[in-house]
Amino acid sequence: MNPSQRSLSGSSQSPRSPSSSQPFLSVSVTDPVKLGNGVQAYISYRVITKTNFPEFQGPEKIVIRRYSDFVWLRDRLFEKYKGIFIPPLPEKSAVEKFRFSAEFIEMRRQALDIFVNRIASHHELQQSEDLRLFLQAEEETMERLRSQETGIFKKKPSDLMQIFKDVQTKVSDVVLGKEKPVEETDPEYEKLKHYIFELENHLAEAQKHAYRLVKRHRELGQSLSDFGKAVKLLGASEGNSLGKAFSELGMKSEALSVKLQKEAQQLLMNFEEPLKDYVRAVQSIKATIAERANAFRRQCELAETMKLKEINLDKLMLIRSEKVGEAEYEYNQLKAESEQATKTFETIVRLMNEEIGRFQEQKTLDMGIAFHEFAKGQARLANGIADAWRSLIPKLEACSPS
Amino acid sequence: MMKQEEQSHDEQDMESLLLDDPSSTTTNLHLQPPQPVTFPDSHPLQSPKSPSFNSFLDPPSYADAIFTSFDTTTSATTTSSSNFPNPHSPDSSSLQPGSESDYLLISVSDPHKEQELATSLVPGGNTYYTYLITTRTNLPEFGGPGSEFTVRRRFRDVVTLSDRLSETYRGYFIPVRPDKSTVESQVMQKNEFVEQRRVALEKYLRKLGMHPVIRKSEELRLFLEVRGKLPLVKSTDVASRMLDGAVKLPRQLFGGEAVAVVGGAELSEVAQPAKGGRDLLRIFKELKQSVANDWGGTKPLVMEEDKEFMERKERLVEFEQQLSAVSQQAESLVKSQQDMGETMGELGLAFVKLTKFETEEAIFEAQRVRASDMRNVATAAVKASRLYRELNTQTIKHLDKLHEYLGTMLAVNNAFTDRSSALLTVQTLSSELVSLNSRIEKLEVASSKIFGGDKSRMRKIEDLKEAHRVTENAKTCADREYERIKENNRSELERIDKERHDDFFSMLRGFVVNQAGYAEKMAAVWEKLAEETATYSRQ
Repeated sequence: MNPSQRSLSGSSQSPRSPSSSQPFLSVSVTDPVKLGNGVQAYISYRVITKTNFPEFQGPEKIVIRRYSDFVWLRDRLFEKYKGIFIPPLPEKSAVEKFRFSAEFIEMRRQALDIFVNRIASHHELQQSEDLRLFLQAEEETMERLRSQETGIFKKKPSDLMQIFKDVQTKVSDVVLGKEKPVEETDPEYEKLKHYIFELENHLAEAQKHAYRLVKRHRELGQSLSDFGKAVKLLGASEGNSLGKAFSELGMKSEALSVKLQKEAQQLLMNFEEPLKDYVRAVQSIKATIAERANAFRRQCELAETMKLKEINLDKLMLIRSEKVGEAEYEYNQLKAESEQATKTFETIVRLMNEEIGRFQEQKTLDMGIAFHEFAKGQARLANGIADAWRSLIPKLEACSPS
Repeated sequence: MMKQEEQSHDEQDMESLLLDDPSSTTTNLHLQPPQPVTFPDSHPLQSPKSPSFNSFLDPPSYADAIFTSFDTTTSATTTSSSNFPNPHSPDSSSLQPGSESDYLLISVSDPHKEQELATSLVPGGNTYYTYLITTRTNLPEFGGPGSEFTVRRRFRDVVTLSDRLSETYRGYFIPVRPDKSTVESQVMQKNEFVEQRRVALEKYLRKLGMHPVIRKSEELRLFLEVRGKLPLVKSTDVASRMLDGAVKLPRQLFGGEAVAVVGGAELSEVAQPAKGGRDLLRIFKELKQSVANDWGGTKPLVMEEDKEFMERKERLVEFEQQLSAVSQQAESLVKSQQDMGETMGELGLAFVKLTKFETEEAIFEAQRVRASDMRNVATAAVKASRLYRELNTQTIKHLDKLHEYLGTMLAVNNAFTDRSSALLTVQTLSSELVSLNSRIEKLEVASSKIFGGDKSRMRKIEDLKEAHRVTENAKTCADREYERIKENNRSELERIDKERHDDFFSMLRGFVVNQAGYAEKMAAVWEKLAEETATYSRQ
């Protein structure tokens, strides 16, 4: 399945952009190779970049990257571009025995390819220096960057969110003397938050059933195979025309078992995985929501602190204390910080408003493709089954005595 | 568009999505006459190469498809026990052996709880269930065309019938009666149990009615026709025997049960296998014989000689083993199909909820579009789920033949046991004759040495000669019985060979046609969804 089946907005591949002299940046993640030994074994990927962006070193560059490099990139972007929904990464840990299975590796490769391309086609994220580093830096440089990460960035966004929440809560409690943390009261934003949290639940349920459906396909395939084998044995022991009929039935059954296993894999990659991807995307939005909350709190906290400092400064000025200069300096510092915090917060709000619309469109497209592939796969399977059984009927008639 | 968003019940949610399909319902479980409604979702999926199975029955609604099999040659469904298949329809003629005008239709219905009238220690008494047994027939044995009669019987009566048939029809493949206690799990309710038993009894009686020899039996006729107390004794009640002879057995016979009686009624006992508790001496002798057969150095005087029979038997045994394995796999296949249908349905439901959610919370147009797409997915998934369920119902019916056949094998094994026990009787009597002869000889030799004769020895010789005569007569009877059973075995084997061939072919065909038909229907559902989402396809 071609990974570019997932929709990408803003890239030159979309029908909106005019001609090929447009700036383009396209990346592909290919060639998974298992490196290392034993417990430390890992998969490395070839990342090929083709671009005409001036900021890049050249029209084409190939580097080798591993999963933790992608994580590094995601964390850096999350840190720098607050307010933007950073594309989600496939899960880190997998059950040990599947970690190197061909299907898992291929699914992960696809997901990583989509991840990078989504970044590359986002008009702001594609300008990130970290992205350029990721796509171009030598392997040793990448390794150095990766190991420079402090512990905090290694955590998942949801963990980050929790940490920030706790820290900020404590600070604001102390500063503001309140018990409850400060939150926005914008009703539309409240609605959005509620929507996102609810959406995750619904999607997770759909994804769970989609995964189960994959399993059911495999189980049915297995049953058909076992049934076919037993029927073939029966045919062999019976002999004569009835025996032949049984044997034909058994063989058909086994052939259909193969079809079902194939379809199970298709279903996993083209239906269940996009649903999972959707869930991850929603989780990424939740992380951004947490960031916004932090920014809001920080803004409030600084505004409050600034007020107190202002009062204090006026007091000092009144009594003509020599501490005025220092206090004034501190006050100006704080004012700058407060303005910065406000700007940060407002940027987040603005970006989020843009992002949410784009997100909805993107997801409608992504899901539409997934649904279409689902329908095509099921139709293909059903037709295959119908054809197989139908072809057996004349053979049965031929064997039948009456 | 969805009009009933405020419904909270999930099932109703599913239904509200299918408003564009005017004929679908989830509650309709009965066969409907085809309605003159143009099915808006009808997919012109006619393959030019071969006929589409939708043309076999193109139901106007999915409800109709529920109990309509694609296989038109199977017998009518048993949705209600009081429905007789129309004796003049082509379907029922496949049920009856013989000409199309012969029919014997039996149904079991209306279980009643009754009180045991006789003395019982428990106050309130023992309760038992009786069943109404209705028969319609035109067989001459039952009084000619258009006969119809009903009786009430309890399970105990069925046991009696079964026992008597096994005695009279040794060597035949007599259908095996339902178990005495069929409660598989402790938590089964009484009415479930009674219903299960009713179904089992009906199946059993119908099978009896289909056996070309048994259906004409007096025992069955009495059971089906005579009102009131069942006029069959529990089994031939043989009084305990004395050591060397046989006691005249008191036989209560109604009707004209023909039994070969040669030289006294006692000889007919020989035509019965030894029964525990009553024929102790005979059992002992036959056991001695069978041990001698197995462990003795010399071969018995009479042996199973029919090679063709032994070959057939072996083949049947192997067939039974393989069939058993297939039956097991068939069960797991059915389960997988069921699971698939269930999960597909759950997936559909999840998308119903998503659709509702996105529609209610829609701010962007993209959400409405997505909601509409999801609704299409949900509809397709729910439809497919229903199709799987129907497919499975039909599959179970077809593959049930496998289980039925395994039941037939039980009857076959019983008949083979009849044969081997009859053979054992013959062997025992042969050995008995040999030993009697040698004793007579010894005594004659010994007594000839005494001049003038030996009064006591002479008397003994006379006794032995008398015993020899009786035994010889008995052996003649036993020989005849053995031959009779062998012939029954042979004719039955031929009968079931043909029947088996036909039955299994029709089963296979039905199974395959069914699978193909439903797969086609499912393909139509998914192709529709593919069309609806075609805007998203890439080159």
